[in-house]
Amino acid sequence: MNAIEFTNATYRYPGDDAPVLNSLSFSIRQGSFSVVLGRNGSGKSTAAKLINALILPNEGNVVVLGKDTVRAADGDLLFEIRKSAGMVFQNPDNQQIASIVEDDVVFGPENVGMPREEIAERIAFALEATGTEQFRHAQVSRLSGGQKQRVAIAGVLALRPEIVILDESTSMLDPKGRREVLDVIRKLQKEHGITVIDITHYMDEATDADEAFVLRNGELAFAGTPKELFARTDLLRACGLELPRAAELAKKLNENGVPVGDGILTTEELTEKLCELLQTD
Amino acid sequence: MLSDMTFGQYYPSESPVHRMDPRAKLLLLIVYIVAVFLAKNFYGLAVCLIFLLLAIAFSRVPVRSVLKSVKGIVILILFTFVLNVLFYTPKEGDVVLFWRVTVQGLVSASFFALRIIFLVMGSSVLTLTTTPVSLTDGLESLLAPLALIRFPVHDLALIMSIALRMIPTLAEETDRIIRAQKARGADFESGNLVSRAKALVPVLVPLLVSAFRRANELGDAMDARCYAGSSKRTKYKKLKFSYRDLLALLVTGALLAGVILCNVYAYLLPVLY
Ligand SMILES: Nc1ncnc2c1ncn2[C@@H]1O[C@H](COP(=O)(O)OP(=O)(O)OP(=O)(O)O)[C@@H](O)[C@H]1O
Ligand SMILES: [Mg+2]
Repeated sequence: MNAIEFTNATYRYPGDDAPVLNSLSFSIRQGSFSVVLGRNGSGKSTAAKLINALILPNEGNVVVLGKDTVRAADGDLLFEIRKSAGMVFQNPDNQQIASIVEDDVVFGPENVGMPREEIAERIAFALEATGTEQFRHAQVSRLSGGQKQRVAIAGVLALRPEIVILDESTSMLDPKGRREVLDVIRKLQKEHGITVIDITHYMDEATDADEAFVLRNGELAFAGTPKELFARTDLLRACGLELPRAAELAKKLNENGVPVGDGILTTEELTEKLCELLQTD
Repeated sequence: MLSDMTFGQYYPSESPVHRMDPRAKLLLLIVYIVAVFLAKNFYGLAVCLIFLLLAIAFSRVPVRSVLKSVKGIVILILFTFVLNVLFYTPKEGDVVLFWRVTVQGLVSASFFALRIIFLVMGSSVLTLTTTPVSLTDGLESLLAPLALIRFPVHDLALIMSIALRMIPTLAEETDRIIRAQKARGADFESGNLVSRAKALVPVLVPLLVSAFRRANELGDAMDARCYAGSSKRTKYKKLKFSYRDLLALLVTGALLAGVILCNVYAYLLPVLY
């Protein structure tokens, strides 16, 4: 089943003539890990907001877990959609409304009128899943960037979403913070079956995704596996994307007489290939 | 520098004061402030001091943290002190030290300065022992009757909570902008008042722009987490008014009575003898 389905979705910001998203159609499988790539201003964040029903398409449909966002907005079901599709934003400092971690995590459940006993369970779950139990009573402003983003994820998880969207949530973090966040996200997808959509500029985050989507000027330029994507040099150049580090290295090795072959995306694959070559020599 | 402001900084502990109902603490602070203002002589202030020291002792907050709050307003205190010394109206029999400065003027100025110090220290005991959320919860609950006349109590409480959350972030940002402008050659330390105020414009403008951007993003984050006003919201933390809170309020009542007694005693003193 599809978690998300865009059908000819078009969106224009109020007052603009040209649409930011132009007749976009694609779907995302439930339980999958997808990355959305594309250069600045290609419409990635706008697409994310359409999924979360923060904005509604001017034309076409966005269907989230079987619910059409436009119809949901008419029928007071917006919160059903926002509950099931949680969103983590870019800036770790602009997402918490309370000063203390625990108080912030309960914000979502309180909003939907959840009874207290249930909220207590939700906090326990959210903090455990993001590994932030030890910060429960800590001040948000004293945490590191990676810790703040994990708290932000916890705040979203407290609503038990089936979909989590990360809108460049790792872009302001150092490598360690980024790894922390990505590990948490991977675990959510693998162990809890949550559909994850990772909007990113880091190609290394895209290598082990189930599916990659590329936006270009508000249109879908590519949908397929990362392997297929990174094999298409022309498309990458046209969409302002780079190769992942390992793929870049593999390319250089190939050009310089070390035949590691095509289709290498991750450091592990490259290492394995190099070991193979060394053994046959 | 700005980021080590202690205002609104919670000091985690499990002390009896921390566990008190925030409403009781707010009421207690109000009564304490009234008492400090009612005190007309040093006996009254001494009673307030005893109460303040008791509160600090029970809260298990380091005295250093409480004193830090006074550090932030040292200038204000000195200013009030000097003004009070200079504008003291001398009475007959006052001992003039030099120029306008009299012993009685110094005593009266110290009295006013102590008042401010006691006020700030008392308030900081509250913010040090109460998380911002429980503080705003308490305020919301105390002001709840105002909702009847359509006063947006809930929104006010949320605004306060967000403001308290953002103080450290914006303070940090201000520091960063000041440093960035200094690196570009901005001068904040020299010149007269006008030119110094002007030098602040390149700090305030980016700060304001950034605050709006943050507000925008925060609004999206709140919407995404299903925020829809107060209508169907529940509260995870229930406020519980226990017998301890009642006891604390009774003690505070005694404080008020003590201060009034001191006033009356000082008034009656000349009459009695
Ligand atoms: N609130 C808004 N009002 C008007 N136009 C907007 C608004 N937000 C974004 N846009 C415009 O819509 C286009 C797509 O923006 P969007 O934020 O979706 O891009 P993005 O792919 O997320 O870019 P980035 O990688 O920089 O985050 C841009 O041209 C941008 O200028
Ligand atoms: Mg974006």
